[in-house]
Amino acid sequence: MSSEIRFTDFKSDKQPTWCPGCGDFGTMNGMMKALAETGNDPDNTFIVAGIGCSGKIGTYMHSYALHGVHGRALPVGTGVKLARPDIEVMVAGGDGDGYSIGAGHFVHAVRRNVDMTYVVMDNRIYGLTKGQASPTSREDFETSTTPEGPKQPPVNPHALALASGATFIAQSFASDALRHQEIIRKAVEHDGFGFVNVYSPCVTFNDVDTYDYFRDSLVDLAEADHDPTDYDAAKDVILDSDKEYQGVIYQNEASVPYNERHGVEEDMSDIPDGAPGDATDLVREFY
Amino acid sequence: MVADFNWAVGGEAGDGIDSTGKIFAQALSRSGRHVFTSKDFASRIRGGYTAYKVRTSVDKVQSVVDELDVLIALTPRTIDENLDELHEGSVIIYDGERTTMQNVEIPEGMVGVDVPLKRLAEEAGGAIMRNVVALGAACAVADFPIENLDSALEKRFGDKGRKLVENNKEAARAGRSYVAEEYDQTFEYELETTDADYVLLNGDEAIGMGAIAAGCRFYAGYPITPATDVMTYLTGRIERFGGHVVQAEDELSAINMALGAARGGARAMTATSGPGIDLMTETFGLIATSETPLVICNVMRSGPSTGMPTKQEQGDLNHMLYGGHGEVPRFVLAPTTVDECFWKTIEAFNLAEQYQLPVYLTADLSMAVTEQTFPPDAFDMDAVEIDRGFLVDESTVDDHRTESGGFTPHEITEDGVSPRALPGTVDGAHMSTGLEHDEQGRRTEDTEMRVEQVDKRNRKVETARRREDWSPREFGDPDADNLVITWGSNEGALAEALDILADDGIRARVLSVPYVFPRPDLTEAIETAENTIVVECNETGQFANLVERDALVRVDRVTKYDGVRFKADELAEEIKATLIQGVEA
Repeated sequence: MSSEIRFTDFKSDKQPTWCPGCGDFGTMNGMMKALAETGNDPDNTFIVAGIGCSGKIGTYMHSYALHGVHGRALPVGTGVKLARPDIEVMVAGGDGDGYSIGAGHFVHAVRRNVDMTYVVMDNRIYGLTKGQASPTSREDFETSTTPEGPKQPPVNPHALALASGATFIAQSFASDALRHQEIIRKAVEHDGFGFVNVYSPCVTFNDVDTYDYFRDSLVDLAEADHDPTDYDAAKDVILDSDKEYQGVIYQNEASVPYNERHGVEEDMSDIPDGAPGDATDLVREFY
Repeated sequence: MVADFNWAVGGEAGDGIDSTGKIFAQALSRSGRHVFTSKDFASRIRGGYTAYKVRTSVDKVQSVVDELDVLIALTPRTIDENLDELHEGSVIIYDGERTTMQNVEIPEGMVGVDVPLKRLAEEAGGAIMRNVVALGAACAVADFPIENLDSALEKRFGDKGRKLVENNKEAARAGRSYVAEEYDQTFEYELETTDADYVLLNGDEAIGMGAIAAGCRFYAGYPITPATDVMTYLTGRIERFGGHVVQAEDELSAINMALGAARGGARAMTATSGPGIDLMTETFGLIATSETPLVICNVMRSGPSTGMPTKQEQGDLNHMLYGGHGEVPRFVLAPTTVDECFWKTIEAFNLAEQYQLPVYLTADLSMAVTEQTFPPDAFDMDAVEIDRGFLVDESTVDDHRTESGGFTPHEITEDGVSPRALPGTVDGAHMSTGLEHDEQGRRTEDTEMRVEQVDKRNRKVETARRREDWSPREFGDPDADNLVITWGSNEGALAEALDILADDGIRARVLSVPYVFPRPDLTEAIETAENTIVVECNETGQFANLVERDALVRVDRVTKYDGVRFKADELAEEIKATLIQGVEA
């Protein structure tokens, strides 16, 4: 079946309402292509989306999907994957969803290392609410709610992931379609929690972190002799605040995903018509 | 009143009070006696005092009473705390060699039994068995065959090695022999044993067992008193049935994980208490509007805020009924007894899937931590029925697709229930969202579709009202002029209060209601009665308010919110006083 699947099968009949030129178009295309390329089809794929411009992605893609509550997409994805190890789970959200309201869940999802992919569409701004600072906004980034800038350093999501025990950390750029697709594919194929932060420029509210800015400043790790299995090298890339990178920054090849560590590998949706066979043993335990 | 025996062990937190009490309760249960335990003593002084109380009889016991026949006091304070319940002839077992107990005064009329607990325990193999020596002493005082205690010790320590079990048995015998030799008197108690087989469990355990019986495979939770026992019970057991327990980082995560598992097609549950319910309310509307079947167990404790975390209250009823912004259909089930916790859990899972909505399953602290005996067939696994509702498979999915091919998980139907396709079902792929949506789950702000979806969701409640049985349990005198209505764990105390009231010539009809929403219409019963009293553990009378609104009448209230459950004798007094007040008015 997989050979017949084309990435357009993952497209819904709803036209995106993202602003023309929004990075989210490219981010989504790469996700759909990576899913098709890895042999998935819409009926065995589950997309979980957060709230914000990025959260609309579940509507524009065709698959099983849940567009949930702000900041809680990762726990939902965790539940889907543990109940259905046979289903491909991809969680998508924005920098606000993931690193602000959902930051607590991010740390623990990384630790848990459930075998799913997390795509953060990072535009360093709150777009849907018309331009307020996000947790990845620059310290001096002026917005309607931070007229002199947030005056606090942006969150470093990769550092947060590394400190939380991540097994796969990557960065891509929505406009570099081939590299973006390739990086998402690697995250999908990774045995464990595949985390990809995607630079997905907001063309309406962010005139600093623009396509041109990223095009000019991005260093591709594939061309920089970077070994993603080298923890110390990954740490150096992550803590280097002078440059922007794209590529797989860190991958622990010894990663054992949560399902495997906990022996949660059965489809939980299939249950008997009555109490399970040995349930009477449970009553006997109370003698 | 049943001829019963009331026993307690008390001391400081860390003295092993809970496990000592549990061993004695287990021994009684294994001897064929009924048991009802409580850990909810009124603590008049704040601090580390803790006690475990056991009421036992050959007949069924379902309440706590203000009586104590034998008390194992590990601290002087244990005696002070229980003075009101001790009576002429009560026996106090203590260790007079313990520094703090050397000058202890046994109240007049009571019998002090001074046993060197620590010394005898050391002789048997270790001071840690001090409490077991006391249990042996209690067996002597209560004329209870020590073999039953052996059996309970085997259960408690069996997996820790033969030697430990034998040492404990020896410690118990040392306690018994000491009392037999040093106290050359017959105490007035004799605990008769029977051939009956009982199981001993609490409400949290009954909920956990009910969940497994119902096919629940996924549990996510965050530890919180008094709901943690549900999680502890499931951990290590649900795995045997292909399930899994996740300890989430917080309640926000727990409910979203459970939601995810339910979207995946698993029967999923989370359990928490008031503070956790507050957090979970964030996701509640999403569950309802995405029409996801989910069981949310709320083991209530005293609020608001952190309140009194280890104390009884039934104060969350309004929150469960109305919590969350917007108008959100939900069911609220409230089992009234420990065994009903098992059956209502199964019912909650069925209702959640039949009507594709969130179901609150609520117990309260008293019921959650009370160990009670039941015949094992009270939990007959062969009687468990599973109904998964309107699920489509590959052969029926085509009946629920639009012309353009989209599956319709929110199809407008006559009964309000829409087809459900689990992930992996070919051609069933669809979106669900917290946004208002069309039949395919796609966002819409179309005015007609909005109204149709709201109506459809609410129609499920009307369908359920019609299709399911929401009857209350009835007991007492069906023709009595006095009607007493209650919900949650007060039923046991009320059943025994009826006997006490009968001695005073007061008769009452009792309706114990396990369904808060939808709930039975009690109008006719209220109109037939001369006096109606609603009994509950909160200050404002939250259930009484519902009853008044349903029946458009005023009712009397007996409420309690001091953190302690109703006791049978106390409740009888309150009911009597309310009736007399009514007459005088």
